[in-house]
Amino acid sequence: MAKAVIDEKFCKGCGLCFTVCPKKLLKASEKTNAKGYYCAEQTEEEKCTACSLCAIMCPDAAITVYK
Amino acid sequence: MDVVYKRSGALSDVSTTYCPGCSHGTAFKLIAEISEELDIVNKLVFATPIGCTTFSAPFHKFSTFMSAHGRAPANATGFKRCNPKRPVIVYQGDGDCAAIGTGESIHAAARGEAFTVVMANNQVYGMTGGQMAPTTLTGQKTTTTPNGRSVEVTGYPIRMAEQIAQLEAPRFVTRQSLHTPKNILQAKAAIKKALELQINEGAYSFVELLCACPTNWGIDPSGIKEYIEKNVIPYFPLGDLKG
Repeated sequence: MAKAVIDEKFCKGCGLCFTVCPKKLLKASEKTNAKGYYCAEQTEEEKCTACSLCAIMCPDAAITVYK
Repeated sequence: MDVVYKRSGALSDVSTTYCPGCSHGTAFKLIAEISEELDIVNKLVFATPIGCTTFSAPFHKFSTFMSAHGRAPANATGFKRCNPKRPVIVYQGDGDCAAIGTGESIHAAARGEAFTVVMANNQVYGMTGGQMAPTTLTGQKTTTTPNGRSVEVTGYPIRMAEQIAQLEAPRFVTRQSLHTPKNILQAKAAIKKALELQINEGAYSFVELLCACPTNWGIDPSGIKEYIEKNVIPYFPLGDLKG
């Protein structure tokens, strides 16, 4: 079990994490956060390997990775 | 479940005001993580000049002071000489370091002042609206070079790390990039090495970071990797230049 949790308070929906996830598990959410950004969200949690590439790439330090 | 990666405790609980995809956040994140690893969160002084970096004070927990445009290395010289036990990072943009503050940058390096300069090179003046910077690539369109930077009119882009590396005093001079996770980890190792040299040996180091400014480049953040690899790295090669 592993997962990446995106903090909506910090996420700006830049999508850099989408581009680095080796399993392409991250996508833009359908609802916006308080600032109006379409935040990243994780799909298919069971496929996450906790590689943390998304969190390393995130310029806003919005991602916490659990394993 | 165990936490594998989390937001650094040296960053404050405030969202940055930078544009989506901006590399300044990545650089601050790395400095925050390094300061925790070296246990210097309460000691580190973050010297900022003018530029998008000027807004940085609320985003981290370090002590900070702001300088006039380009003068951060001069102010940091005074601060560090009076407070030799405080680690100092001078975080400058390319316009600040390589144009407005060239004199201060070069002479602080020539004197081998005991601080670490991190220069964010995004090839534009980001804060003021994307004007041409000394590092703007030949042919690059900015608000002041709408037809692309012309060599005949404005000369060639300045490679600042090479300028610093040819001086005698700097111990460690390197150019890193923040466009892929691998490069981000290499940049982190470089900044950490520079800080350790400062703390342990009182050495001056210069770390140039290739940063992205997708707003002023006029591209989507998803295109940053391709843009940097295709346009920026060929002119600003990565790697250690000294030390």
